[in-house]
Amino acid sequence: MTLHFNDETFRDDYSFKNSQRAIDRFPFPFHEDSYMYSVNMEQHRGGPADSIYEMRFDVDEHYVAEMHDRAMVLADDPLRCQSIPHMTLAGWDLLELIMVSKSEDYPDLFELHRDGDTWRWVNKPLGIDDTFTFMDETTLPYGPMEYITRQAQGDFCVLDQRDENLWMDAGMITTQADWSLDFDLGMNFFEWHAPVPLAHEKGIFVRALKFLLNIQQGAPARRLNWTMTVNPLLDTSPENYHKWGIQKTSVTPENIGSKQHLRVELQTFFRLPRSNALVFPIRCYLCSFQDLMTKPKWGRRLHRVIRDLPEELATYKGFIDNRPMMLDYLSKFDDGQPTSPGVFPDAVPEPK
Amino acid sequence: MSAAPQRVKAGAEKIDVAVSAVVPLNDLVTRFEFKRRDGAPFPPFSGGAHTVVEMNDNGRTRLNPYSLMSDPGDLSTYAISVRRDDEGRGGSLFMHGNVKIGDEMIITYPVNLFSLDLRARKHLFFAGGIGITPFMSMIAQLERSNGNWELHYACRSESLGSYVDVLGYKYPGKVHIYYDDQSQAIDLENLLDGQPLGTHAYVCGPKGMINWIHATATAAGWPELHVHSEEFLAPEPGAPFVVRLCKSDMTITVREDESLLEAIERAGVDAPFLCRGGSCGQCETDVVAADGNFIHRDHWLDDDEHASGKKIMPCVSRFIGKSLELDR
Repeated sequence: MTLHFNDETFRDDYSFKNSQRAIDRFPFPFHEDSYMYSVNMEQHRGGPADSIYEMRFDVDEHYVAEMHDRAMVLADDPLRCQSIPHMTLAGWDLLELIMVSKSEDYPDLFELHRDGDTWRWVNKPLGIDDTFTFMDETTLPYGPMEYITRQAQGDFCVLDQRDENLWMDAGMITTQADWSLDFDLGMNFFEWHAPVPLAHEKGIFVRALKFLLNIQQGAPARRLNWTMTVNPLLDTSPENYHKWGIQKTSVTPENIGSKQHLRVELQTFFRLPRSNALVFPIRCYLCSFQDLMTKPKWGRRLHRVIRDLPEELATYKGFIDNRPMMLDYLSKFDDGQPTSPGVFPDAVPEPK
Repeated sequence: MSAAPQRVKAGAEKIDVAVSAVVPLNDLVTRFEFKRRDGAPFPPFSGGAHTVVEMNDNGRTRLNPYSLMSDPGDLSTYAISVRRDDEGRGGSLFMHGNVKIGDEMIITYPVNLFSLDLRARKHLFFAGGIGITPFMSMIAQLERSNGNWELHYACRSESLGSYVDVLGYKYPGKVHIYYDDQSQAIDLENLLDGQPLGTHAYVCGPKGMINWIHATATAAGWPELHVHSEEFLAPEPGAPFVVRLCKSDMTITVREDESLLEAIERAGVDAPFLCRGGSCGQCETDVVAADGNFIHRDHWLDDDEHASGKKIMPCVSRFIGKSLELDR
């Protein structure tokens, strides 16, 4: 299919919007009527046609606008992209992975022509046509990780693997759910997860680390995570909390349907072959409550999940104060009917 | 989470290959080179990675891990070097005796359990005998990025010194060879004493050499995390024993010459694995009940876990006793 790219913003006038296709393929994260942490990993090898799981790196209608937003964040704060020197090889690994994947998965949008170490990369949506020498940093306008992640939706944590642990030694982080690369840089897996409530006690992180250390070449994995965001903001960083935190008080019963967004992260994990590092792309999808409510199953389920979520999690995810207002809104879409298992909306629309 | 339930086979992804060269190096070691049957380039890999080679030995499947020793910059060929072990369980004998140019084989994607620490200001390599193989690919990788490295390589004799000639020719001054039969030995204490801050040491060789280097480095005040080692264990034969596989609802007998993992696979049960040498942790299995003694040989479980009797690594460990029930 031919993709149309939205002319939209994730700041100021918030002209971001989801088309019907984007709503239909939104990665609703709840497979049952309740939620608790689990090591909910699965293989990342495709999925239903046209779903966000189908390609290695999903490219959708928000691509061009997200890349513009990233460039603005970086212009204001260059420390959102950092790479400790020993991670340069992993940066080349990531560049190769994304260029090969996108040119194979979206041949009408991206082209990669390789002649030995001389590579030509064509990115049609962003109007880029660059020829460079693979593994020679001087032939690119940025380091390899920064170059390619200025052209790829979602955040990218590039994790060094050593001493039976993973280390946050490089990343491009501009669309994050309230955590800071500049703060976490150099930390290990347990250190950067220290603020998460309940999961440590359940042994989640010990098991998750064991799983991640064993992710092998050619066998990537994925999981979903979620939180809540007021207004369609990509950059909900601690660095800019003074700008966006206050917006949480702007929600009213009248505007909550359009202002309150469910924020879902598709997290994937790929072993990087030349460096033996691990890349952890975190792709953010936003959907307003009113768009979610167009799927009756999602309406019923979201109400039940938010209603029954432990207080620690609602606090950690930053919506404890607005939860009563959310429930007033969501309860109108929950008629108490049972829901079908799984995350996908029901195929047959219900009679009105 | 998302799509239909996924069925994933145990082990790493596989590659169909054909043997493109068989090169005897000396009385004990032969190099085998592979090309992909589909003509595509091999996946890139990092120095120190291994592949698991699948052998069809007269209907019996053998899966042996070997370090990739070819240049990671050359993705047209993968190469391994196999030392013939006349006392072993037969994998290396099969490679030496049966594998010919043109043979079709299956190998896995690279898996690296012995990778370079790329923060190191200098990489100091210690190889013993066939332990030279992972360093061949590490050296090629570091040469491509102007890395700082030095190799100390102990061999039994000149005639058994695999790759001594090519290493000495290409990297004079960086390669130091020691022949046992000429009573040459690595001057380890002095060597470790004179290294720049930020040096990482790597050792691959016999168990005694690995222990010697770890102990000497620790005594010299080296940080434990700056000394890396890899020792692939081959499963050892032992007395046959009977195992109940609870999930699969079957009872199997582990023969004298096969590992517990191999017996589970022979019964048609798809058990997870990667390295098959006691290092990676992938085949870790819960013990439901046991009346007897475990023979733990892996590097994965810690002493407490070994003593607990609750877990076993079936790739290299065995059991002697009345009964054993596993959650598999």
